[in-house]
Formats: sequence, C-alpha cells, structure tokens
Amino acid sequence: MQMSGAQMVCEAIIAEGVKTVFGYPGGAIMHVYDEIYKQNGFEHILTRHEQAAVHAADGYARATGEVGVAMVTSGPGFTNAVTGLATAYMDSIPLVVISGQVPLSLIGTDGFQEIDAVGISRPCTKHNFLVRSLEELPRILKEAFYLARSGRPGPILVDIPKDITVDVGEFKYPDSVHIPSYKPTYKGNNRQIEKAVDAIKKAKKPLLYIGGGAVLSNAYKLVRELAEKTQIPAVETLMARGVMGAKNPLLLGMLGMHGNYASNMAMSETDLVISLGARFDDRVTGKLSEFAKYADVIHIDIDPANIAKLVDVDYPIVGDVAQVVQKMLPMLEDVNTDRYQAWREILKRYDELHPQSYVDSDEVIKPQWAIERLGELVGEEAIITSDVGQHQMWAAQHYPFDRPRQWINSGGLGTMGFGFPAAIGAKRAYPEKTVINITGDGSILMNVQELVTAAEYKIPVINVILNNHFLGMVRQWQTFFYEKRYSETDLTFQPNWKALAQACGGIGYDVTTKEEFDAALKDAMAQNKVCFMNVAIDRFENVLPMVPAGGALFNMMLPPKIENDGEEK
Amino acid sequence: MANSNNERRVISVVVMNESSVLARVTALFAGRGYNIESLTVAPIPNSDKSHITIETKGNARVMEQITKQLHKLIPVYKVIEHEEMVEKEMVLVKFPIGTNMSDIAALAAAYNGGIVNVGPEMVVAQVADEPKRVKHFIEAAERYNPCEIVRGGVVAIER
Ligand SMILES: Cc1ncc(C[n+]2csc(CCOP(=O)(O)OP(=O)(O)O)c2C)c(N)n1
Ligand SMILES: [Mg+2]
Repeated sequence: MQMSGAQMVCEAIIAEGVKTVFGYPGGAIMHVYDEIYKQNGFEHILTRHEQAAVHAADGYARATGEVGVAMVTSGPGFTNAVTGLATAYMDSIPLVVISGQVPLSLIGTDGFQEIDAVGISRPCTKHNFLVRSLEELPRILKEAFYLARSGRPGPILVDIPKDITVDVGEFKYPDSVHIPSYKPTYKGNNRQIEKAVDAIKKAKKPLLYIGGGAVLSNAYKLVRELAEKTQIPAVETLMARGVMGAKNPLLLGMLGMHGNYASNMAMSETDLVISLGARFDDRVTGKLSEFAKYADVIHIDIDPANIAKLVDVDYPIVGDVAQVVQKMLPMLEDVNTDRYQAWREILKRYDELHPQSYVDSDEVIKPQWAIERLGELVGEEAIITSDVGQHQMWAAQHYPFDRPRQWINSGGLGTMGFGFPAAIGAKRAYPEKTVINITGDGSILMNVQELVTAAEYKIPVINVILNNHFLGMVRQWQTFFYEKRYSETDLTFQPNWKALAQACGGIGYDVTTKEEFDAALKDAMAQNKVCFMNVAIDRFENVLPMVPAGGALFNMMLPPKIENDGEEK
Repeated sequence: MANSNNERRVISVVVMNESSVLARVTALFAGRGYNIESLTVAPIPNSDKSHITIETKGNARVMEQITKQLHKLIPVYKVIEHEEMVEKEMVLVKFPIGTNMSDIAALAAAYNGGIVNVGPEMVVAQVADEPKRVKHFIEAAERYNPCEIVRGGVVAIER
C-alpha cells in the first residue's frame, strides 16, 4: 500500500499493538502528528515535557512488560528525552522512542533544531537508527520493536528526517526480522545447568540473589517454585522487590547499601550465591573484595557481558532466567532441604537480632510508618512508583510488595523526577488499579508540570510527598560524612502544595497526623483526581541500615532499637 | 587471572558495513575507558561486512569485557581475540633529499621494505612488517632525521 513515512510510523505502532503513545510535537515531527490526528488505532497523551513522555512510556512498559512508545521532535525535543532514554537503558526497559530530525539535505549543516541524536544517544540506548531512506523505514521500525523487547531489553531510538516522513512509498510491515549479527541466547547450556544444580545440592549455605532480570523475564512463579522446592533463602535487589512476595517466609529482604541486617549477613556468609538476573551493582555489593567472600557463584544472566564483569563466577549460565530455572526445577526433585536447615536458622536469628525497624512517634509522622500504613490500606492491589532519595529506600524497605511489576523505580540511573510520569504511564496501562507515587519534596518538582497532563487526561495518580524539607538523601550523607554541613540541601522554602495541585486541576492535602493521613488517602481514592498528599515527616530521619559507600556489606550502621522497657537504645 | 598485567592484545571485529558502525565501536572504547593503541578498518571483499582490527591493552578481565561489550553491539558479527596470528603493520617515512639514499635503501631493505617515492625535495621509504620490527625500523630511521613518519595500524589474521 502507498503511504507517507509519517503514516508508516503510525501503522507500525498499530501493528505492534501499542495502545498508548506519549509525546510532544514540534517542527520536525509534525507530519507524524498530522497522521496521529487522522488515525484511531492508538491514543496519544501530550505530556508537558519530553522527559516526562519517555518516563511515562517507561512506566507503561514496566507495569505491563510491553514495549513503551514515546515521540519527540528534533533538537531540544530530543535532548529533553535523553534522561528518559538513559533511565530506561540502565534498568533494561523496552522502549521505542521516535524523534524527528531535520531533512536529510540539512543534516550536518547546523540547521535549525538539528542535533546529532544518534551520536548523543549511542551510550544510553541498546541501539539507535538514523533513517536514511523511506525504503528502509518499515524494516527499521520492525527491528526497533524487536530489539527493544528481545534479549536483554532496552530503549531504541529511531531518528527520522522530516522529508522521509513526507515522502510516499510502498508500505509492507515485515512479518519477521533478519539481523544475523544479533542472536540472544535464551536457553542456557545444559551442561552448565547440571553443574550448577550439582553445586546447589552440595552447598550448605546457598542463597538466592534475585535481581531485576527476574522481573524482566517474567520468571517470578518459577523463582518462587525454586525457593519453595529447595527451601533456600532469598534476598532481592532494589529492582526485584515483589518477586518473592513480602509474605514469603524464605525472603530475607532487600540487600545492599540499605539492605536489612539478615540479607547483608546472608550474602556475607553464604557458600553459594545463586544469582538470578542480578548484576552485582556497587550499591548492592559494597566492597567487592568482601562481597560473598566465602561463596562460589552461579550467575544466570541473559547478557554475557554482565557475567564475571565484577566478581569471579564459577558457574556462568548465559540465558533467560525463566528458561534456565525451568530447566533446573526437575533436576532438583531429589534435593535434600534439611541440608540447609542450620543455615536458615542462623539467618532467622540474624533477623531477630536486627529486624527492619524504626522508632515510631506520636508527635510527628515517621516516613516508615507512612509506607507501612500505605501497605495496610492499599497493599497488594496498588502499583507503587517512586522518585529517588530517602523516600525511595523507605518504600523499598517497608512496603509489602506482593508481586513483580508492582514496584516501579529508577534503580540504575537514580533519576529524580521519574516517579510521577512513570505513575501516569502505569495508571494508563491499568486504569482500575490504584497507582501511588511515593516521592520527596525535591523530586516531585522535577516533573511537577505533569499535574496538568494528569488532570487533563483524568489520570488520577496519587502523589504521596514524604516531605522532610530537605534533599533528604544528600542531607543524610552530609550528616554522616560531611560533619553536618548542609550545603544546598535545605528545602525550607516550599511551594504551597495544595494550591499548586489545585492550580493545575488536581487536589491537595496537607497531612501532619496519622489520622489526617488515613483521611486524605481515603478521600484521594474516592475523588479520582490527580493529587498531592503533602505529608510532613520527621526532618532528620535517616535511612538505616546503611553500608557506607565502598564499605563491606557486614559493616552496617544499624537503626536504634526499642528495648522492652520502651526506651530507645 | 584478573591480576595479570596490562598485556598488548589484538582484536578483530567483523561488523555490518553500515554508516556509524565505526563510531559505535570507538565510542564503546572511549565510554568504558578502554585503550585503543591502533585501529584499522576496511570492507571485506565481496561482502556487506567490514573488518576492524584493534590493538589494545588490558588485563584478562578487561579483555573479556571488551570482547563481550563489542559482541553486544547490534551490527557486530564476530569478535576474535587473536592468539595465534600473523600480524603486519605498515609505515611510511619521509626523508629530506640530502639524506644518503643508499643508507636508507639498505635500511628499508633490511626490514623487507624499500624506497617507494623520490621527489625533488624528499624520498619516501616504506616498510610493512611485524609491529615489533616496524618499531625497530623507525628507531633506526630516526638517526637520519626524517621529516615525517606515518604509521598504519596493525592488521592481523588468525593462523
Ligand atoms: C536528577 C537528579 N539530580 C540529583 C540527584 C541526586 N540526589 C539523589 S537523592 C537526592 C535528594 C532527593 O530529595 P527528595 O526528593 O526530597 O527525597 P528525600 O531524600 O528527601 O526523601 C538528590 C539531590 C539525583 N538522584 N537525580
Ligand atoms: Mg525531601
């Protein structure tokens, strides 16, 4: 069929089954927007900033497991999208971002709104394309979606010069792709898997180390089965919260810089690390030479470059977590679960010694209380997104995540401003679910304009601002490591949050007591409008435990304990 | 393994011959802090592929990462970390015309090369040999005050 390049873009999006596209128009992409106007195969949501468009597509992708799509114009439209690409890249999120570019004849001339998009995005995309002719456009679009979702997923940029969107040519969307240089390994080598299973049977203190790859490969049922069958305890990274489910007795918690005591001790004392889609990030490992010092390592990852990048690996298995675990399960029929009994008991004692705890108060709301209260009130049903800072860590530590894709946050890049637009994307994907962005008084302002988007499209996201009047996480480091010199972290000057939300078509609540917290949440859920819950919390609360950067995991700063006499110790 | 020292290594990368593929490869080295000592690239005859030869340095862990990261690039077909190889490098050296021609001819001949061009004000000698021998040739040639030395990168083929 004959059609313009712009139409081809729309047809490809429809053919890929994408229902919602997030974006922002401009000169170089106007032809595509003209076609968007004419079609009804997908909806387009106009965010109020390109960064937010990409984060929203990202939130949509993380919530559903499908490819998210965002569209931006050339030059500043594209550069605004870069943080979104980098955020998705670091967490391996499948996205296709389509950017307009100046006409082919102007490329290289410093034309109006020309910027080298493929050059800039090279290190923060899985792959990118500058389309050079109309003939290759259908193939490139097909490849973009395929590359985004296959293997280790990631964002793909397709940069399309304006004249190509105008040109008319024959369109046939390919049924399949042919990229001979790209062949991801899914299955896992049988011999290696056998050896790994053998090692599991011989270990005394094995530990499941679960990462974001377990979420990406939709492996949670299999991972739970693996834990169940072997009775091997498990720790989750920040990106894997929800894989085991909070109620699972084999889950020790989150490990790493803000991991709980039992999880970090487990990693320090284990004799066999079974890594399932985790990548040994420095926020997880602390000092590498002390990390899992007594352990052999089984490393299952779809990306060979992740394996043995940071630690020596004894049993490397390149493959998809779900497919590899599927193969392991029948081989573990005869595993002797009693073997690990003593180990489980040691870890149980560790957890009793230093449970994930905090000292509650009646005078002021403690952030941990707020998170736990959210868990009690909306729990399994809600999708929780977050921004970056203390609130993010408290959410990861204290929210009872029950399933993967329930917890959406920027782990790898740590992008403040991610949470709100990501929540908009997630809510659009699951309108019937409560979607809450747990955010900070710093982060929320980094994409606050999205109040307007959420109000216009009636996307009732609840933003719970844990307001400490600080760039809290940075303030915490200043407290611990910079002798309390609070350089540029005091946010005492604040907007009127309620008025701000209202001015943009939402609602606001000022919350200072536990009663107000409950009442505000109840009202927010009933109102069905985008809202800010401005929750005043204890200003100087710290995220604990904490492993100072570069320190060994077992050297944790621990939270104060409440003894039986009620005194804080 | 990880503590073995920074060894010189030669890697061949077979890539799809498309625009920006070289940029992807070099950007990867720059972005991840790997070394490029020399680099050559040319299309593979009768194919839609190109052959890139990179001379680099690093310990075993770094080399493993370089190889794997190169493999991850979508247009990369094959990465060969050479063990048993034939490698050659070329160098052109320009001398002022006053230099003793027979000395230069004899020197270049000793390294399987020769004089390839004589102009009104200069002579150009060429040598193509193993990189180590090319280095020796350059050291010897430097005694004759050359006005310019242009080295090509290494090319290698597995034996
Ligand atoms: C875009 C961006 N800029 C800077 C930082 C560094 N940073 C990390 S946490 C943080 C403070 C966040 O403050 P807030 O949103 O109020 O959260 P809190 O820690 O107080 O809960 C900062 C500035 C970042 N992660 N992202
Ligand atoms: Mg704050």
